[in-house]
Amino acid sequence: MTMNIGEASRRQFLLGSLSGLSSAWLALRWPAILAAQEHAQRAEASGQPAQFQFFSPEQAIEIEAMAAQIIPSGDTPGAHEAGVIYFIDRVLVTFDRDKQPGYSQGLKDLQYRTQELFPNANRISCLTPAQKIQVLTAIEKTDFFELVRLHTIMGFLAKPSYGGNRDQVGWKAIGFEDRMTHVPPFGYYDRRFGKNQK
Amino acid sequence: MVRYEDKTLVDFVVIGGGGAGAVVAKELSGHGFQVVILEQGPYLHEGDFEHDELKFKNIYVSPAIGHEVLTNDHALQPNTFRKTESEKASLLPYIEYGRCIGGGTVHFTANYWRFHEIDFHERSTRGEVPGTGLDDWPISYAELEPYYTKAEWELGISGLAGSNPFDPPRSKPYPLPPMPMKSSGVLLEQGARKLGWHPYPAPLAILTQPYKGRAACANCGFCEYFGCEWGAKSSTLATVIPMAEKTGRCEIRANSYVRKISTDLRGRVDGVIYFDAKKHEHFQRAKAVVVCCNGTETPRLLLMSKSNLFPQGLANSSGLVGKYFMIDLGSLCQGTFEQPLNEYKGVRVTRVVQDFYDSDPKRGFFGGGGIDTRFDFYPISFALNGLPPDAPRWGAGFKNTLIENFNRTMTVFSHTTCLPLESNSISLDPEVKDAWGLPAMRITYKSHPDDFSTLKFFSERSLELLDAAGAIRKWAVPIEDATSAGHLMGTCRMGNDPKNSVVDKYHRAQDVPNLFLVDGSSFVTSGRNQPTCTIQALAYRAADHITRMAKTGSIL
Repeated sequence: MTMNIGEASRRQFLLGSLSGLSSAWLALRWPAILAAQEHAQRAEASGQPAQFQFFSPEQAIEIEAMAAQIIPSGDTPGAHEAGVIYFIDRVLVTFDRDKQPGYSQGLKDLQYRTQELFPNANRISCLTPAQKIQVLTAIEKTDFFELVRLHTIMGFLAKPSYGGNRDQVGWKAIGFEDRMTHVPPFGYYDRRFGKNQK
Repeated sequence: MVRYEDKTLVDFVVIGGGGAGAVVAKELSGHGFQVVILEQGPYLHEGDFEHDELKFKNIYVSPAIGHEVLTNDHALQPNTFRKTESEKASLLPYIEYGRCIGGGTVHFTANYWRFHEIDFHERSTRGEVPGTGLDDWPISYAELEPYYTKAEWELGISGLAGSNPFDPPRSKPYPLPPMPMKSSGVLLEQGARKLGWHPYPAPLAILTQPYKGRAACANCGFCEYFGCEWGAKSSTLATVIPMAEKTGRCEIRANSYVRKISTDLRGRVDGVIYFDAKKHEHFQRAKAVVVCCNGTETPRLLLMSKSNLFPQGLANSSGLVGKYFMIDLGSLCQGTFEQPLNEYKGVRVTRVVQDFYDSDPKRGFFGGGGIDTRFDFYPISFALNGLPPDAPRWGAGFKNTLIENFNRTMTVFSHTTCLPLESNSISLDPEVKDAWGLPAMRITYKSHPDDFSTLKFFSERSLELLDAAGAIRKWAVPIEDATSAGHLMGTCRMGNDPKNSVVDKYHRAQDVPNLFLVDGSSFVTSGRNQPTCTIQALAYRAADHITRMAKTGSIL
């Protein structure tokens, strides 16, 4: 089991750099801190479902094709590498259960629009990237597209324990590091300011 | 922790264990009184908080993401909203407040601005503002000053006394030095100096050094909307709540939702009726009641507490309970810079400027404010709301902008006057009920034209600041009617004349001798929309006077 950076640094911070704090302070907080770690680890352990709980494999491929255009792969990983599809499947059987009908209907409409634009295809996943963009551009004002966009962004950047943002690829792409402690200077301008002061 | 039975006649019930209620409860129990805090939300601890954007709701962005853990849950407690009294209110999740032990001080950004002297007498100094209920407070800054100092020293506030030339006089410096300046602070500092303004280190309810057994801030960056996992944010949860518990006289009863304050035949409060976590009803007897539920739930509870003796609602002979409702107005501008700021690290705000705090007749409208710089986002909320308005919304262009901007974006946030209008109010919705079957809160709110002028003025100053700081791109978030509200103020205003106020200058209800209202509802004016410091100073002051009155036999 790999702990994520936040948990690891929390532990490191506790053991390494809190020597100035009273043991009473630590004793008071240990149970809470351990509980938080356990919670995160449990969530992490269940972070990659072996099978989809809401989507059929065919549906998952279509949604995955959409997500991979919303946040494409390139020099850096995209929705595909982040496992966004697993995130979306998970939220649709947990806290966003009420969005299930939106996906069921949206997938039907997507198939319809795909066929309308490309009579020889009935699945967006079979199209070339340029064709996929054409279909998505045609539906980008719909509630369904908004919903998939929202879930794709969430799945790319949420805590990995929700099933997406695998290996923190979303966070790494944007330059976000989840830590319990950071040390100043944090950015270019405060670093430069500090140097000029000296 | 001490436990009282419902049938025990305790000295005080304090309704609401937030920024004000926890202070009052700690003070009263510390002076030997028996106190029960009834808090509708849960009693959470540092171990319950996480760096998890989906677990804790990001309450000021649209679409709002995450769950309403630390704040009111609109699925259980719906609001209805209308702009004017002639409209029918419809369902809208409008009001946001802390709903847990510690209240809003658990998730707040921790900005800790004192009011200025002028805030207490703007009406007599600046004159009437037509169409508003602008009025002087019945107390002066000088009367409140010792309690500002007490709050800063007891709770642990960091800052640099004397650094803001517009600051009101203070009897003591801050107990802790300011946080290290972030890139957003440097950019404000340098931009503002170029413009001839006077930036200064932000006063924050966050520890820069260990203080009173609590750890210093570790710069994890999850302050605003989140509970502090280190206890370094000086919430009442981390500060006075443990002190109140230690007295052995204060019981903290969480998940206890009060539906009515009960009165006896003489018109005195004799206890409160509340639901426990299982929705079982209880009656807690009390010699006196202090209501600290915030600027919206306090008037709602008074209006729900009507009886034969108080047919308009409790303490409402003036008809002003719920009136003069004020909210957190402010403008938002964004800019991007050539080099990385990495603003997601550390506390939100490290520099503030108050050169335009005072209302100035030369501007042609009433109102003022302060400006801070920060990064008002976390990863998901940034991707949804932080990009320039013309950025692609999906595809390679979206992803590239997201990657390019996440660590190069800065927000310039102003906090401005909200004028008190009698027509802006909290009332009971005649149809919609909450999950307990109680009338839903109905909000009527529309900003005064001068408030819009103030917002426009500050948006323009913010863009100037971004230019002076060297932003390579800048844009203003459009100014429109607020679609949500925090910093809930007014609604039970303080005053000397019972006809024009709900509480007197000691927070005692004008109509009920053993009922006190202590929270943002007492505000006569909004200051410049950083109310927490003043709410807490008022709470310390009120507790002092309540203690004095109780000890001399005029309450209990």
